[in-house]
Amino acid sequence: MMNDVPSKRSLYDISERTKKRNAAEGRFRLYGIIAIAIGLLMLLVLVTTIIYRGTSAFQQTFITLEVELLEKKLDKKGNRNIDDIKKVSTFGYTPLLATAMQNALKENGIETDLKKKALSGMISKSAAAQMREYVLADPSVIGTTVEFRFLTNGWIDGYLKGRYTRESVENSKFASAAQFDLTDKLVEIGVIEKKFNLDFILGADSSDQRPESAGIGVAMVGSLYLMLVVLCLSLPLGVAASIYLEEFAKQNIVTDIIEITISNLAAVPSIVFGILGLAVFINYVELPQSTPIVGGLVLTLMTIPTIIISTRASLKSVPPSIRSAALGLGASKMQTVFHHVLPLAAPGILTGTIIGMAQALGESAPLLLIGMIGYIATNMPGSVAEGLFSPNSAMPAQIYEWAKRADPAFIERAWGGIIILLIFLLTMNTLAVILRRRFERRW
Amino acid sequence: MTLVTLLYAICIISAVSFFASRARALSSVSGDQRKLHSLPQYYGTNGLLLSLIPALILLLIWTYLQSLFIENHVAGLIPSELITENANMNLLMSEVQRLSDGLKMVVSIGLMSRDALSATINDLTVIEAALKQADVFLSGDIRPELMSAAQTRYVLQTDGNQYRNWVVIFVSIIGFATAFLQAKQDFRARNQVERIVLLILASAATLAIFTSVGIVLSMVFEASRFFSMHEWTDFFFGLVWAPSFSHGSQLSILPLLWGTLYISFVALLVSVPIGLYAAIYLSEYASKPVRSVAKPLLEILAGIPTIVYGLFALTTFGPFLRMLFGDGGFLGVEWMSDSRSVITAGVVMGMMLIPFVSSLSDDIINAVPQSLRDGSYGLGATQSETIRSVILPAALPGIIGAILLATSRAIGETMIVVMGAGAVAKFAGNPLEALTTITTRIVSQLTGDLEFDSPETLVAFALGLTLFFLTLCLNVLALYIVRKYREQYE
Repeated sequence: MMNDVPSKRSLYDISERTKKRNAAEGRFRLYGIIAIAIGLLMLLVLVTTIIYRGTSAFQQTFITLEVELLEKKLDKKGNRNIDDIKKVSTFGYTPLLATAMQNALKENGIETDLKKKALSGMISKSAAAQMREYVLADPSVIGTTVEFRFLTNGWIDGYLKGRYTRESVENSKFASAAQFDLTDKLVEIGVIEKKFNLDFILGADSSDQRPESAGIGVAMVGSLYLMLVVLCLSLPLGVAASIYLEEFAKQNIVTDIIEITISNLAAVPSIVFGILGLAVFINYVELPQSTPIVGGLVLTLMTIPTIIISTRASLKSVPPSIRSAALGLGASKMQTVFHHVLPLAAPGILTGTIIGMAQALGESAPLLLIGMIGYIATNMPGSVAEGLFSPNSAMPAQIYEWAKRADPAFIERAWGGIIILLIFLLTMNTLAVILRRRFERRW
Repeated sequence: MTLVTLLYAICIISAVSFFASRARALSSVSGDQRKLHSLPQYYGTNGLLLSLIPALILLLIWTYLQSLFIENHVAGLIPSELITENANMNLLMSEVQRLSDGLKMVVSIGLMSRDALSATINDLTVIEAALKQADVFLSGDIRPELMSAAQTRYVLQTDGNQYRNWVVIFVSIIGFATAFLQAKQDFRARNQVERIVLLILASAATLAIFTSVGIVLSMVFEASRFFSMHEWTDFFFGLVWAPSFSHGSQLSILPLLWGTLYISFVALLVSVPIGLYAAIYLSEYASKPVRSVAKPLLEILAGIPTIVYGLFALTTFGPFLRMLFGDGGFLGVEWMSDSRSVITAGVVMGMMLIPFVSSLSDDIINAVPQSLRDGSYGLGATQSETIRSVILPAALPGIIGAILLATSRAIGETMIVVMGAGAVAKFAGNPLEALTTITTRIVSQLTGDLEFDSPETLVAFALGLTLFFLTLCLNVLALYIVRKYREQYE
């Protein structure tokens, strides 16, 4: 208003309005910082959860016992005939465990009122099979006393890792507080101890009664075969398609349609590829279910768009002057591409391929539909053909399988499996970054 | 001759073809390379390609047609009175296949010759004894009709394979001969090789189309079988999802769609503000070192496999929420009965989508020309005012495109909802309750123990088709918007 007396103030005094505006500016900036902080916090929470819950899977509780391999139990006829010894099933070995436990307790002067069954129940059900295998390999050990290192039962392991307490097993029929008391005493004298468990990394999956002996090794081999199929198919096909589209294709309706389908395929939900795999590869072509070949084909179809997109980008980044120079020296178009453009684009193609493979390695939804999840991977494939065409699991599939089981010991193993999976992914991505840094060229 | 031997044979012929054609070209100019039209290896490569590729193509087509023919022929041999409620055509066919594989085994380990087998095929006791000796599992009584069908199948297959092998090798040799005769001084070997290679490249490029067509066709085919068994009005407009083992399931997509959209909405509620503000800060405010650290760290979230998020939702975040809101929790309320809920899945999915939204928006904000910013600063606007009233409106179409892409991701996400969302199909509004989604139901319908030819299983294909078109529309729309937006500033 003209009548108002203009306020006399220095330019250095900040007006109310400017203050407000500056405050708004500060707030806005703060929101940004908070958003990033939340994002990073989520990453931190995720990583700590993985490490906190997964690392214990790499350790397992073992019990060291001297077992007397009684002749009257294992070889009644006493003639060391392998066929007669084979007739003794794992049930025949179980009583030896309880005796061995009692002897160990007596030797160390530990009193307990636990029954034989409860004593042998502290040891994993895999122990009897372990002894049987040992005896069958060399029947002459019958009658001697051998020191074995057995896995303890999953409950004892859970107790030592803090999953179970005396209160939580009050009504359980699998474990008792008395067993835990005894465990504490045995830990003191070093009969029971926690050790690094290589079998978790290299071993096979077990039935859901024996979480202590489950391992991810066979699933790892399954993943390896999956990746083999994906690499052998998606790299040549993807590179061939990109070379055609980038270097040779004329701009017309057909190439337009191809380009649109490729960019759309890259965004199709992965489960849809699983449905395709089920309907086409399993129901129509009748490839065997749950096999790495089917999984590999499905993952190949998913990976090809990724590889095409990155290959085209790296072909595009090779400057036209290279092409002109080659053409000028009399090379044909095909020679120019294969002798000059492709080698220069190779690092970029390789990087894109590794990233695509890493994605495929972590993918689980399509494997769910073709039956790789739910398959109990207990046997290592013997040959390459068997590895490709016989049912197997894969790492993410194995993790999901463990996560579904009721026993919390399997949840621990699922997190442990995730650590292994992430180590693979991290290695692949680091490799991609190193390759990119090492060979990146600025033209 | 087995398939592997056949492949070896073709490879050997091709290798011979390579060297022979190359040598012939060189000898036609008495060793003086300069007189040849192309480099010598092109003559060799021509030989290799001509004897390899037609043979392989023929092998593929033959194998496919042969299996089609045999299936049809054998299916015609099975008398129709054998097809009952318990034993449908597929079951009988797989039984026949098993038996004929067994016969193959019997012959291959030398228990019986092929002719002896044909002569005694009606004497079931002899055959059964032979099968047992070859460790083939026999399920109860074998119908003589099935056994003779199996025998026909076995004979057709071995004969067919025999013919196939000879024809394929013949074609390969013809290719070799053609190339060998072509390999002369004036023959334009390089041009021909390049034409063939170009053809190979082009066919690789069309694979994307075949994949898409395969996806659509496989789902349309199975979904049409579903719609022939089930009212389509119930599927699209019904209100209840209640599959049952007996007939009369109500299979409507609407409750599933509700769950899907609700969970996606929660995920976007988490990821869009965080992702957008993070993108704004990183592109407009952050110093170079901050940006070079924070951006890759955020993007790690996108590289973590979804199974990890699923497990996190199932075993960490869900129980944590239950500790807060559940019975006997810290807040003393009883709002949550299960650790699976809309919030559990939604928030964890939001975590996964943050880098997706932020890196897309980052690109888009960076594409806004500097001149717009400078103009705004020149008029006295603060940085935040510039962002809010100039940059964001200018970038809005692109950001909407990014959000649409994130939505399509959220709708199609499987592992997180399978592990974190639950299995209740209803129109519930409480975010602490469990709801189910389209992807979860696809998984459970296809991995269950249900019969494959029932509407309860086939509904998964109809669901998949709907999901495919839903995400396809979102993607096409988003890509269109983003492309239009980019053009605006180019």
